[in-house]
Amino acid sequence: MSIAVKNVVKKFGNFVALDDVSLDVQAGSLLALLGPSGSGKTTLLRIIAGLEGADRGSVLYHDEDVTKRSPRDRNVGFVFQHYALFRHMTVFENVAFGLRVRRTPKSQVESRVRELLHLVRLDGFGGRYPPQLSGGQRQRVALARALAVEPAVLLLDEPFGALDAKVRQELRQWLRRFHDEIKVTTIFVTHDQEEAFEVADQVVVMHNGRIEQHGTPQEVFDHPANPFVMDFLGNVNVFQGRIQDGKMLVGGIEMAYPEYPHGESRAATAYIRPHELDIDRSPGYASSLPAKVLQINPNGSVAKVRLASENSQLELNVEINLDRYAELGLQPGDLVHVAPRRFRVFFPEDYAI
Amino acid sequence: MGAERLETTAVGPPRRFRQDPALVRIPLILLGVAIVAVLIVIPVANVFYQALSRGLGTYWRNLVDDPDTRHAILLTLIVAPISVALNVCFGIAAAWAVTRFNFRGRTFLVTLIDLPFAISPVVAGLMFVLLFGLQGYFGLWLRNRDIHIIFALPGLILATTFVTLPFVARELIPVMEALGPDEEMAALSLGASGWQIFWRITLPNIKWGLLYGVILCNARAIGEFGAVYVVSGHIAGQTDTMPLRVQKLFDEYNNPGSFAVASMLTSLALLSLLAKVWLERKTHRAMVAGAQIGSVLPPKDDEETP
Repeated sequence: MSIAVKNVVKKFGNFVALDDVSLDVQAGSLLALLGPSGSGKTTLLRIIAGLEGADRGSVLYHDEDVTKRSPRDRNVGFVFQHYALFRHMTVFENVAFGLRVRRTPKSQVESRVRELLHLVRLDGFGGRYPPQLSGGQRQRVALARALAVEPAVLLLDEPFGALDAKVRQELRQWLRRFHDEIKVTTIFVTHDQEEAFEVADQVVVMHNGRIEQHGTPQEVFDHPANPFVMDFLGNVNVFQGRIQDGKMLVGGIEMAYPEYPHGESRAATAYIRPHELDIDRSPGYASSLPAKVLQINPNGSVAKVRLASENSQLELNVEINLDRYAELGLQPGDLVHVAPRRFRVFFPEDYAI
Repeated sequence: MGAERLETTAVGPPRRFRQDPALVRIPLILLGVAIVAVLIVIPVANVFYQALSRGLGTYWRNLVDDPDTRHAILLTLIVAPISVALNVCFGIAAAWAVTRFNFRGRTFLVTLIDLPFAISPVVAGLMFVLLFGLQGYFGLWLRNRDIHIIFALPGLILATTFVTLPFVARELIPVMEALGPDEEMAALSLGASGWQIFWRITLPNIKWGLLYGVILCNARAIGEFGAVYVVSGHIAGQTDTMPLRVQKLFDEYNNPGSFAVASMLTSLALLSLLAKVWLERKTHRAMVAGAQIGSVLPPKDDEETP
């Protein structure tokens, strides 16, 4: 089922949680609402579920306006951040709850719950109580409980937030495969960009109650709409400079920027990701920045190098692959040359942050 | 040697506390024991001693033979449960409203719930007399319709309910606050109706807190004197509850009778206390058991990798 949010506004006192937000979610997609805390992502999710009312605007399920409808009648599966399992009920009864309040025949409840517990790999756990389960198991019970009523939409609030790193990693991949299997429209909230990019096929970046960008992970990562998205998606080197006649001037180096051919000089900010910078022993490139190696941190498949630029006192973060790192034989204190392979330019006056 | 000295300084305060000189310790302990004995143990024990001083037979006759005393016992056993039931309804509703909704005047309502604790019971009784008594605002209207509130059972129930109003609500508000609305929200999103949520989710979660409130509320309702004294008109055989009967017998120099009823009241109070202790143990044990289950069965897939 497709979901549409139209011009939703939500205020808590003087705090504007959602500022005229509109969003379209295609049927069957797996969408991540990504943003820092206080960006309004959880509020948006709760408004979609009906757990929170919008001050203005509307929510549509498959072209049907459900804005005034109680969550009871919306047929959504909601997984709460801290799972909200019924602590006085067994796992079986938790999963069966939605069926029981709908007065489903007993025999059907039995088989449906068994089937769901099997689906979330918790066969044999039906008799346990929530406090007897691990975080990952509780998470899966919450998921099975939400799925029991065959929801048209599955909504998850920070589904992996309360788990430790290893379980989080496992559950992410599991959720992805799980979604491919059941194909129900799913929206989840996260503040972890890695999580959003790994699991979702649509990413919505939120900030200060507004949607900054909506696209596939590839689109968002390769073409960030603005400095906030650029910054939020991870480590980035920021250079302040000026731009004129198709060239960007930063700290004494010149980079080609044909997108701005005008003669008028403008202040501009260049954003370069660590893996988009290259290190060389000699200034072999057309323009490179002399810099001194401060620290090297080989980390998995890449080496993270921290450098200080010689003439502009900038600190640079560069990631090079291990082969290149071995080839260069870098040591702290070495003088090297850093050159960008690609970069993005934003004009500060376009984005008042 | 050095290590030992170090340890002494490390656990300084408790050591020094235990090392208070006997000259300080013994008088303090004696003082504590004396206060408890004089203010609590001796008076309570004396009630039973006085009641039973002329033998069990007399004790029994004092309670059963006098029709007014019999009626007083019966009346208390009617008034207290009704008041408790009313306060259970009110307490749950108030706690629900205060913990699940954010509305204008919420803090004011919380303060209002405490008001009966702050007001003298006599004043509370007077308030009802001023409202429903013959000279009160509704007095004439009520008399024309032959409805008796003051000097009758409804007045007793009103006054007792008012005085015991905060007990259940006070007990439930922190419990429901700690529980949070998430489980109820989850039930709602799963399609449960308001009553289904209440009976299947909320009530099972608050039952111990509720029972605790009921026990305290009941103890207070049975013993209520001041407010009931004013609204009852203490008519023997009609509106005298047990505490009023105790006072009346005492005034009539019927000490054995007075102490017999008093001993019954005291027994009820002691029973309430025992129930309270039992409940506290039970909930505490449930908590410990819950925690232990968590540690005995280590969550497998959540274990941190070394």
